[in-house]
Amino acid sequence: MLEYYLSIFVRAVFVENMALAFFLGMCTFLAVSKKVDTALGLGIAVIVVQTITVPINNLIFRYLLREGGLAWAGLNVDLTFLGLISYIGVIAAMVQILEMVLDKHVPRLYAALGVFLPLITVNCMILGGSLFMVEREYGLGESIVFGLGSGTGWAIAITALAGIRTRLKYSNIPEGLRGLGMTFIVVGLMSMAFMAFSGIQL
Amino acid sequence: MTDIRSTLFGPVFNNNPIALQILGICSALAVTTRLESAFVMSLAVIFVAAFAGGSVALIRLYIPESIRLIVQMTIIASLVIVVDQVIQAVSPTISRQLSVFVGLIITNCIVLGRAEAYAMKNSVGRSFLDGIGNGLGYSLVLLLVATLRELFGSGTVFGTSVLPLTQAGGWYETNGLMLLPPSAFFIIGLLIWALRVWKRDQIEVEE
Repeated sequence: MLEYYLSIFVRAVFVENMALAFFLGMCTFLAVSKKVDTALGLGIAVIVVQTITVPINNLIFRYLLREGGLAWAGLNVDLTFLGLISYIGVIAAMVQILEMVLDKHVPRLYAALGVFLPLITVNCMILGGSLFMVEREYGLGESIVFGLGSGTGWAIAITALAGIRTRLKYSNIPEGLRGLGMTFIVVGLMSMAFMAFSGIQL
Repeated sequence: MTDIRSTLFGPVFNNNPIALQILGICSALAVTTRLESAFVMSLAVIFVAAFAGGSVALIRLYIPESIRLIVQMTIIASLVIVVDQVIQAVSPTISRQLSVFVGLIITNCIVLGRAEAYAMKNSVGRSFLDGIGNGLGYSLVLLLVATLRELFGSGTVFGTSVLPLTQAGGWYETNGLMLLPPSAFFIIGLLIWALRVWKRDQIEVEE
């Protein structure tokens, strides 16, 4: 059992890395990866939000939306078409709640993550995580592990990219390639490196 | 007239959402292994961007400032659900290929970004055109990348064979890298380079 969960985790972190294999969360991935500390802060915020929202959306999918899911209320309706709008609603609400809770109880963490939290609502990696969870028919335990794993994978990728980009300052890049173009090439090379993990089976 | 033209075609070359504004890249890369899925994806984004712009502009004077993001998100999400249902009904195969990426149009920054930055301040018709224009700019990059990847990756365009493969007695050996994620990053990177050599004012200044 433990092995099974471990294999989901490793797959989500390395083999099916959200940023490098599925291109999710790219906008923020490219925009906020200029400094290592900010990248790390955003990465941690993503891990937290992802680990909370994927399981919650899993519960919503299983007990409210899917066909037969409302059986506990004596209803038999298929509400899966409402999926997209419910997941994005849950994500927006969770981010808002998390922001308020952190502000009240852990002000220091809030000060560190505060700026990044609203950005996360529109990070497609969070919504993508929930949609993959539905598509792959994960259970509650699996979705907790998957949420944690995919968040961690994304955080590793953005921190590594930020590290590389700070070093890139010293290189002499052709004019037109400077900035965005070069970042794409670097991400491509990172993605190639991560492909070496594919085929890892636990 | 020139005004309308610049609203419609400005985003295609001069202010391309992908190459210049770094918006909406997430989905741009994932669906480009085959031209067919990229084409459907482009149509979906143009539709959602245009109607989201139009609808937001229609009610822009009645949206309270504090909840405007939620209102915009709801409009966009409803449009995406319509698109998703239509694609599922018309072609289940393509729907399966696009997998989660149709749903991710909701968080596609192009749509929300244009709704927030343009549709909140301009008339219905203008915002509709702006949506189409940005959708076209996105589609141009998407289709270009998809054409390159499908042509060199599997020797076909829209599923019909263009470069005869060695397995079928032709001369073209497929380039497997083109079908893998890294190639999408390389192609977009090189595309941006090409665009900036052509339009030199888009070159980023060194910090």
